[in-house]
Amino acid sequence: MSTRLATGGRLLDRSKPLKFSFNGKHLRGVQGDTLASALLANDQMLVGRSFKYHRPRGIVAAGAEEPNGLVNLGAGARFEPNQRATTTELFDGLQAQSQNHWPSLEFDVGAINSRLSRFLPAGFYYKMFIHPRSFWKHIYEPFIRQSAGLGKAPKDRDADGYEHFHAQVDVLVIGGGIAGLAAALRAGRAGKRVLLVEQTADWGGRAAVDAPVIEGIPAQDWINTTLQALESMTNVSLRLCCMGAGVYDHGYVLAYERLTDATPQADGPRHRLWRIRAGHVITATGAIERPLSFAGNDIPGVMLASALRDYVVNFGVSAGDRTVIVTNIDDAYRTAIALRGAGLVVPAILDARPAPDGPLIRAARDLGIRVMTGTGIAKVKGGKRVTGVAICAQAGEGAVLEEIACDAIAMSGGWSPVVHLWSHCGGKLVWDDAQAMFRPDPARPPLGADGAGFVTAVGAANGDLRTSVIMAAAGLTGEDADEAPLQPVWLMPQGASYKLRSKMWLDYQNDVKVSDVQLAAQEGYESVEHAKRYTTLGMATDQGKLSNINGLAVLSNALSVTIPQVGTTTFRPPYTPISMGAIGGSARDDLFQPVRKTPLHGWHEGNGAEFEPVGQWRRPYAFVRPGEAMHDAVTREVNNTRQALGLLDASTLGKLIVKGPDAGRFLDMLYTGVMSSLPVGKCRYGLMCTENGFLTDDGVVARISDDVWLCHTTTGGADRIHAHMEDWLQCEWWDWQVYVANVTEQFAQVAVVGPNARRLLEKLGGMDVSKDTLPFMHWADGTLGGFNARVYRISFSGELSYEIAVPASQGRAFWDMLLDQGAEFGAMPYGTEALHILRAEKGFIMIGDETDGTVIPQDLNLGWAISKKKDDYLGKRAQERPHMADPNRWKLVGLETLDGSVIPDGAYAVGEGRNANGQKNTIGRVTSTYYSPTLGRGIAMGLVLHGPNRMGEVIEFAKLDGSMLKAKIVDQVFYDKAGDKQDG
Amino acid sequence: MDRPVSALHRATAQHGVRDLGLRGMITLRGEMAAMAGICVDLTGAAMPGMGRIEQAGDKALAWMSPDEVLIMVPHDAVSEALARIAAALNGTHHLAADVSDARALIGVTGPDAREVFAKLAPADLHPASFGPGQFRRSRLGQVAAAFWLDADGQFSVICFRSVADYTFALLAQSALDGPVDFF
Repeated sequence: MSTRLATGGRLLDRSKPLKFSFNGKHLRGVQGDTLASALLANDQMLVGRSFKYHRPRGIVAAGAEEPNGLVNLGAGARFEPNQRATTTELFDGLQAQSQNHWPSLEFDVGAINSRLSRFLPAGFYYKMFIHPRSFWKHIYEPFIRQSAGLGKAPKDRDADGYEHFHAQVDVLVIGGGIAGLAAALRAGRAGKRVLLVEQTADWGGRAAVDAPVIEGIPAQDWINTTLQALESMTNVSLRLCCMGAGVYDHGYVLAYERLTDATPQADGPRHRLWRIRAGHVITATGAIERPLSFAGNDIPGVMLASALRDYVVNFGVSAGDRTVIVTNIDDAYRTAIALRGAGLVVPAILDARPAPDGPLIRAARDLGIRVMTGTGIAKVKGGKRVTGVAICAQAGEGAVLEEIACDAIAMSGGWSPVVHLWSHCGGKLVWDDAQAMFRPDPARPPLGADGAGFVTAVGAANGDLRTSVIMAAAGLTGEDADEAPLQPVWLMPQGASYKLRSKMWLDYQNDVKVSDVQLAAQEGYESVEHAKRYTTLGMATDQGKLSNINGLAVLSNALSVTIPQVGTTTFRPPYTPISMGAIGGSARDDLFQPVRKTPLHGWHEGNGAEFEPVGQWRRPYAFVRPGEAMHDAVTREVNNTRQALGLLDASTLGKLIVKGPDAGRFLDMLYTGVMSSLPVGKCRYGLMCTENGFLTDDGVVARISDDVWLCHTTTGGADRIHAHMEDWLQCEWWDWQVYVANVTEQFAQVAVVGPNARRLLEKLGGMDVSKDTLPFMHWADGTLGGFNARVYRISFSGELSYEIAVPASQGRAFWDMLLDQGAEFGAMPYGTEALHILRAEKGFIMIGDETDGTVIPQDLNLGWAISKKKDDYLGKRAQERPHMADPNRWKLVGLETLDGSVIPDGAYAVGEGRNANGQKNTIGRVTSTYYSPTLGRGIAMGLVLHGPNRMGEVIEFAKLDGSMLKAKIVDQVFYDKAGDKQDG
Repeated sequence: MDRPVSALHRATAQHGVRDLGLRGMITLRGEMAAMAGICVDLTGAAMPGMGRIEQAGDKALAWMSPDEVLIMVPHDAVSEALARIAAALNGTHHLAADVSDARALIGVTGPDAREVFAKLAPADLHPASFGPGQFRRSRLGQVAAAFWLDADGQFSVICFRSVADYTFALLAQSALDGPVDFF
């Protein structure tokens, strides 16, 4: 059984006991524990069930590579699934639950899958669930989804906060082991701005456990001294619990700092996402030990050799009283020595190598430990935990030589450098035959904008496993035991039968076995990327940190090619999963997205406005009065505007000032019409097209002075059209003398609309707004009721209308005055829905309704707004292409339903016959459709094949319920065709 | 009558974040050399170099781009300033626009002000890179913003008026979340 030792545990503070629970069981740990070490200290070997076969699984590792120890952590608003027990610091009151089991961890129904494993080979799902097609959606998928999956999804709102932080540094060092510390020290001493991040809560990495000698002193002393030196440097910053998550182009790196995971009640953000720009990145990310592939290597109690000694040295926890070591490398002997040092029994070291020798091996032998060379494990005995091991010759087929009782197995198949961060941005790898590992190829680093490498790998991450080599590379000295070469072991024993191979787990998290990868190869999956998808090897939350190299070694054997020929799958960020909260940062709740507010927004909020988003603006859809339905509010607003006086907040309309000697010429290129000839004091409606001829924006242009125009854009077009103008000015017509300024937000703009509009303005006084002085499509500067105002006589409703711009800082006061003084004329605000209905009744188009990026002005019968005299404008050439000039393009018409109802938005008109797909042919579609309060019936506009030539014809629109709606093609101007109203 | 109001209505300070009220702002585009004379005349401040702001009392000049200067004057002095610009640059291609009301001006003070910004802006705010008199056009969270640092340690932010509430709340949240202890 696993237990807490009486002494030891360099990270523990035994004076501070902590209480926690696992699956409702109340357990005890101490300050300094991880959840994994505390579980082991309580003899909780079984921590979860595997993904596919629901096999019992225990802790395998001691760090970020842990595949099995995933738990649902916390409860309610602090619930989070898939948390690694090995990297979760224990705190008082921690609640954890194991995952992927039903009804309980100890007794799991899904474990029947294990008995059926013969029938669940690689690609099983693909093969089994493909027929019949319809079954997937309704039967297979819901069933599989219920029985598969790891953690549960959180149900409550996250109680915690998160933030981002931007940092620019000369050198970013990722990894706080001895290689990282040495690199930071060197860069710090050189005066660089340095940031050193370490994913765990402690500095020193493996050296703190394995205790070599550095610079003539014990490693821990050197680590402490170096930390002191770094802390004293003002140009160096140090961060624990901060993981380098991803390396991107241009030295951009994301790091993930965990701040209050271990103190959930603390103030401040829980996680911080560092968005770093680094001149140079040094990856000192260490290496990960590899499991060995032998039958039963997934039974709880089988652990990585290095993890076993981490638990003893760091946490004073033993995984078992009797531990058998199985290895192909000298390093595992350190575990044997550490276990013996803690007073534990090591019945045997099984070394796959025929005749290994070296100081570590001799030291183990000197301790009296039995070293069995040339041997391996035929089979692990036990179910929910290890009870013993059957030993065989590594060179054979698995005939059992001897059985030894034990309760833990420490395995080491060699080490794989953590090359993830090196590889994220394109760093290449080379295969190191001697150490059987992929390591960074220094000749092919990730390249920066200058063509030089911007990432350097150091230490074990660079493939240097020996302290002496690591320190020498950093210009320092290190002393550690000499080690004999390892012997690659990808299968144990090397001639293992199919039966044994189908019990050898490569990927614990995804339940992928040696036999599965071999089957994939047999079925023709030669590419490692394909084999990964087919078998699921290396997927899920650990992304194959333990399994990748073993898996591709098996694949290469099966394909009879070398490992480097097979290559690795792609390393993608993040290194380990990071919280969604950290990615979002403070962008949640009210800060989720900026909401743009006009100067009148506060009034709208206080007066029943139902808002709708228009870009990032919120505009009032309608002002709903108490007890009033939305539809009734809209109808009231339309009627009041037609009959009395409506007020519209038009502040969001884009306002771009275009000035300069070439401004007229510039606008003639941007608009389809002529703006250069517009007299000062007048307004003209204009259309803007893209280079491809499609209508992109519209609005009224006012000539302010000889060399100044003011261009109104749509609400959503202000920033886009401003950028469009700057693009053409800066990139194409850079020698034209034109400046553009976006003054959209400088003004509060109010449309005063309706038969009483002029009466209100005359009452306010200050300027002459009479029909003769300020005719339709003119503008004038002046004062109204004491406010400096620019008044445009333009109309988007067909009524007498003035659009009045005042400085934004006075917008609210101006609005209040209009409401107050306008009361006697029936002044009433209206929202965007009334605006839409008013314009549709008048047959005016709306960008985004009548246009969708495929519509040209000619489709909308807007030829009158296109100059025939100009040589060129943006879109002209495109509009002359055959497809654009095709008389069969659908054109805009008005539509009147025969029964007076409203055609559903987006409905299609159905024509004769069917297309190649057997669908009914369509001959048109609705672009705008409303109930018209003015006409008391449904009205619509739509694009219809040969529409303008078919006035009076009745066509049919398909409704979602399959029925048809008959509509007559009519003129699109439903209201005041003669235009008498707009002069009042 | 106190009719002109800032977008934030002089919002109460939160965590060292406060509305600095209305300020006159004029966007002036043109050739730097041609604009320098009137800019200096109007403000008494020196012409700013790239990425800098030069201040003189309640007036200032900020470098916006190779052909754009932001002139800051008291809010009620804009009309006169525009008239003087028009007179001085008559016949010279330029654009002067009153943008005072298109903006909000927010101040951030406190020992951690620098980190309040570093959480939100991708600019290099290390003291060695960003000191008093420097002016950055950047972004805060999801909106465009320009900010500078005064000699007394106060940061000032200009953002668009429509997003004043968002920017204020964002800065206050950033301050509330506490120091990072990086700078």
